[in-house]
Amino acid sequence: MTNTIASARPQARSRWIPKRWYAHISLWIACFFLGVPLFYTLLVSTQTRQEINRYEFTPGSGLAENWDIVFNQRHLQDYMVNSAIMTAAITIGKTILSLLAGLAFVYFRFPGKWLVFGFVLITLMMPTEVLIIALFRFINKLNWDNTYLALIVPFLASATGSFLFRQHFSNIPAELSEAAQLDGANPLQFLFRVLVPMSWNTIGALAVVQCLYAWNMYLWPNMIITDPNLDVVQVGIGTLRAGEGGGIQYGPLMLGAVVASLPPLLVFILLQKQFMSGFTLTRDK
Amino acid sequence: MISPLPLVMIAAAIGAALLGFAFVRSGVRWFLGLGLGAVAGGAGSMLFMIPLDYCTFAAERKPYEAEFGFLLVGIGMAVVLIPVGWISLRLLRGESLMSTASQPTQGTFRHWWIAIPLLAPTITILVLFLYYPSIETVRLSAHLSRLGAKREAFVCTTNYTRLVENSDYLDVVIRTMYISAAIVVLSMVLSLLIATMAYLPIRGASIYRTLLIWPNAISPAVAGLIFLLIFNPLGGIIDHVLGSAFRLGWTNDPKVAPWTIIIASVWKSMGYNILFYIAGLQNVPKDLIEAGAIDGAGLIRRFTHIVLPMLSPITFFLIITNMTYAFFDTYATIDYLTPGGGPLESTNTMMYQVAQLGVFGERADLGKAAAQSIVLFVMVIGMTIVSFRTGGRQVTYGA
Repeated sequence: MTNTIASARPQARSRWIPKRWYAHISLWIACFFLGVPLFYTLLVSTQTRQEINRYEFTPGSGLAENWDIVFNQRHLQDYMVNSAIMTAAITIGKTILSLLAGLAFVYFRFPGKWLVFGFVLITLMMPTEVLIIALFRFINKLNWDNTYLALIVPFLASATGSFLFRQHFSNIPAELSEAAQLDGANPLQFLFRVLVPMSWNTIGALAVVQCLYAWNMYLWPNMIITDPNLDVVQVGIGTLRAGEGGGIQYGPLMLGAVVASLPPLLVFILLQKQFMSGFTLTRDK
Repeated sequence: MISPLPLVMIAAAIGAALLGFAFVRSGVRWFLGLGLGAVAGGAGSMLFMIPLDYCTFAAERKPYEAEFGFLLVGIGMAVVLIPVGWISLRLLRGESLMSTASQPTQGTFRHWWIAIPLLAPTITILVLFLYYPSIETVRLSAHLSRLGAKREAFVCTTNYTRLVENSDYLDVVIRTMYISAAIVVLSMVLSLLIATMAYLPIRGASIYRTLLIWPNAISPAVAGLIFLLIFNPLGGIIDHVLGSAFRLGWTNDPKVAPWTIIIASVWKSMGYNILFYIAGLQNVPKDLIEAGAIDGAGLIRRFTHIVLPMLSPITFFLIITNMTYAFFDTYATIDYLTPGGGPLESTNTMMYQVAQLGVFGERADLGKAAAQSIVLFVMVIGMTIVSFRTGGRQVTYGA
């Protein structure tokens, strides 16, 4: 009798108090503080100016009006398209160039290979930001300012990507390329018919990291693009600040911020695992 | 004052001594080291001095400019001597450099020259948009060059010495260090605490994880806007919630504004750190912790003596990525949250200053901005080397 009571007690307790309750509580607190800024942003994006000034914590009645300002008056969708073109071009271009470089580093023997590899790898120590003044001048001299070229071309090469694919290809058995050569495949056929289908995980990893990086770029597009029609969305949402009669109109501004964040949020949450594996011990570039 | 010839000769002697010593230690003929070192040391001393025409040592220059000149000579020597020594030692030890003998033969394609078009796009872009701008930044930093102006004037090292002459720039550097350090420390400590809870096998663990890491996808620019909504002095929600006692002037008090930037940046970067710490914690072997428990180590001791050392590779990686985030990516947050670098320039970081000075400001001064970029460049390289040297040694790799 006493035995059954003693063994039943922990079970009864666990029905009401979850196991590791302290973890649940601390995670609740963490999620709350991380989530509250975005939650309030979502609320404000649906509110009119009066509702915002009354600090209402419920969805407001201004969504249609804010939507009209953001998309019909300020044309945020144009900035979104610019960002999408830039992001797609950088992501696809970087992946292809990195695949080609990886192919060259693993499947060819050529003089001074390690020197070339070092030449690529050492650029990890050169963040674009510290060269941005000279880069700005150079792009201006090329007359590339206010073109997509300025937003895309300087970011197409990737030390991280070349390194990632080199590592990945080195782990693929050599028999595969020998077999492909016996079948008469040229290097590019081997790359796209054999290696790429085996590398979707690595490609996905690099692509997610680069996608977020490109979409969220701010300083460089802000510098080199002075034509408002070509602004990317990170810069373009800034134009939503100016309201009629002075002051910042937070409703449309926050709606713009939410809309601009949807693509990277979707990509990141759906492809979390790829994002993680996309990191070698280096910064994204 | 100091003429080039003796300077080159002293540099050559130092180079010869250094390489000669290195060659003796690794058992290669020492006279080769002497010769190579002399040439490399002499050439290295000229690396920056030929473009500068030895102007730092001219009679009309101030004494500390000569000191700066010596520093440049030293850096130039290091830049040339280290790779020359490394490559020549590698060559002389028989690890061949140019031949293909040491490379694997299995599975490689025949015509080696096909590698050239494969690598050409990557190399071309790196040369044009990273290597060339690096050199150009160095060149610009020795010139007076205004945005839009056709002509440039050579000004020797004036752009650098001006940075030392007034204390404004020192303030910017100190401010950058303190904002960056606060972001990195706060973000990583909080993330580690949260990650130790989130990696436990509890109900809804994957939901918690998603709810914790999503801020990583938010851009620094949008983070700035969200925190502008919360912290703006004209009716931000924080003043309403906290009441008048905490009406600190979150974005317009020079003492508080940096902390508003820090809070926004910590919020934005925590998702990333939590993600990596959870992954790191999952790789800590369970039996190691159990062994610690059997040996009588308490919860805190197990954490500090077993878990923390096992996490050191991740911590070391995160310090570098977080530092670069704090140095560069906070630009967008600052630009939206405290436009123009905040009240009394209290959120004006080194990166912000470079952009304002070189491009956005009135009468943009590319030369000055370039000189400040070089300071930033040196700091980034120094940080990477220091963290690899100190962090890399104490790091525990794997079990």
